[in-house]
Amino acid sequence: MTRPAYQRKRYWNAPTMSWWERVYLFEIMRGLAITGGVFMRNMWRWITFRKGALTTYYPEERRPDYAAHNRGKHVLTQRPDGRPQCIACNMCATVCPAKVIEIEAAFDPDDPAHPKYPVRFEIDYSRCVFCGLCVEACPEDAIRMVKDAPHMPDMDRDAMWWSRDELLTWHPQQDVAKRYPPKRIPAEADATQPQASRSGLRGSLIPIASASSTVVAPVQGD
Amino acid sequence: MLQDLLITVVYIGYAVAVLLVFGTVLTWVERKQAAIMSDRIGANRAYVRIPFTEVRLVWWGLFHGLADGLKMMLKEDFKPNSYDRFAYAIAPWVVFTPVLLVFAVIPFGGTLHPGRLFSAIPAISAWFGDRSYPLQIANLDAGLLVVFAFGGITIIGAMLAGWSSSNKFSLLGALRAGSQMISYELVMGLTVLGLILIYGTVDLGAIARAQSGVVLGVLPAWGIFLQPFAALLFLTAAIAENKRIPFDLPEAESELIAGYYTEYSAMKMGLFMFAEFIEIAIIGALFTTLFLGGYNLPYMTDEGFVLPGGHAIPLAHGAIVVMQLVVFLAKVLLVCSFQILVRWTLPRFRFDQLLRFAWRFMFPLALANLTATALIVWALELGMSHP
Repeated sequence: MTRPAYQRKRYWNAPTMSWWERVYLFEIMRGLAITGGVFMRNMWRWITFRKGALTTYYPEERRPDYAAHNRGKHVLTQRPDGRPQCIACNMCATVCPAKVIEIEAAFDPDDPAHPKYPVRFEIDYSRCVFCGLCVEACPEDAIRMVKDAPHMPDMDRDAMWWSRDELLTWHPQQDVAKRYPPKRIPAEADATQPQASRSGLRGSLIPIASASSTVVAPVQGD
Repeated sequence: MLQDLLITVVYIGYAVAVLLVFGTVLTWVERKQAAIMSDRIGANRAYVRIPFTEVRLVWWGLFHGLADGLKMMLKEDFKPNSYDRFAYAIAPWVVFTPVLLVFAVIPFGGTLHPGRLFSAIPAISAWFGDRSYPLQIANLDAGLLVVFAFGGITIIGAMLAGWSSSNKFSLLGALRAGSQMISYELVMGLTVLGLILIYGTVDLGAIARAQSGVVLGVLPAWGIFLQPFAALLFLTAAIAENKRIPFDLPEAESELIAGYYTEYSAMKMGLFMFAEFIEIAIIGALFTTLFLGGYNLPYMTDEGFVLPGGHAIPLAHGAIVVMQLVVFLAKVLLVCSFQILVRWTLPRFRFDQLLRFAWRFMFPLALANLTATALIVWALELGMSHP
């Protein structure tokens, strides 16, 4: 008893053309009518001073419809006195797949809680892939990505490096997702009050940026 | 005699200027039309800055052609280690020169009477007297034959380029170019034979003049109305002859890099490209002359308009000449634009399909068209001689 040989099922349908399509000429005419129609439509838009293209003319024009979850620009979060929250641990620079972050650390003897701080924190936007791994890697919530996009295009590669001060533009008062300074927990606040006054504003290397951060909040100890 | 020389020099200057401008502007037209057809903006970044100012002239990317030309001039002129340096060096010129020469026999306007044109200036008017010149560089009786003869030379250039490059891709491209151009040239010749039967001449000027009448009362006696089938076949064969998509097998970049001019660089390669773009204009000019009534609008002659009812509108000679020049250029540009539309619409053939299309589809159709035309012309002549 033999079974019939296995017939492999053929899913692919042989192309069948009607005689109308095989004559070829009419289908060509149809194709030309389609492309010619698109040309006429777009041309009419151009000559009536409208835009006849889907292209966003990028550096001059910005798309208004960036996705709501698009994050196109890095910011460095700040301490209440305006210094960067960054402790120059280089985790972001290490994890960065495009190797665009360069950090130069320095020592701040006046802040024993965070003795290391970046004097240089630069991102090369000509190479950044906007993967967000730096944000995930950061142990201090010092770098975040915001909905904005940097004004990137430039004729000079060197002009596409963003420096630390250019990245320190985030205003914590306007962040609704995570307020900074955080709400004070009364019991804890009293305990840490003297420590804050000791390590606070005195002798800071960075000029105080935001006027509204004069209400000294407790420094989040590690 | 001096007058003839002057007029001829002016004509040659006009023709060369028109062709070179067409060759340059068509690169821009092609880019822009392709862009607009596909919802894009197209090349528009090249600019010319007015010296000492910050005024940048972009002009819808018109200067990209200029940038291309400059790039071609400044690039390294690469020479392959070929055994046939001479053939390698002359091949671009063998392609380029005949393309320019073809325009010599194409009438780009009606008849020029310099005496009447400059009637306001008696000195010039008297100097020219009542001489008249057809707006055509070489008023040859064998005009159409010259066109095909020069068209044949282009094949040699492509073959030379492919053979002398010592490159397999070049050679394959040259082989394809040779077989393709010979096949389609045959079809092209056969389609035009029908027109020659109807007009009874191969003089392009006479053919253009013959199309200023009317047929069936209202229809202008254009070749496209008398021979619609031939017009279609001619345009197809001409695009194939020019090796443009969908017939660009000899230079199919996804298969043969750049075909027979793979080994060419700098301005030598530029000449091939330039020849291709000028040939678009030449095909446009030929199609206009043979099928679209040449330099005349419908019902228009060298003296003015003659409407179908017999109502004549005479026009001044200067107005007529200018109008004919402009109408000719406009028609040529229209046909060029159509060729670009075809190029950006249709996908490329396979090579066996290409040859089968020529020999088993277009060739029989052209023969059938010729036979039918011959029979009709014969029957009409019979009817006229034996009413």
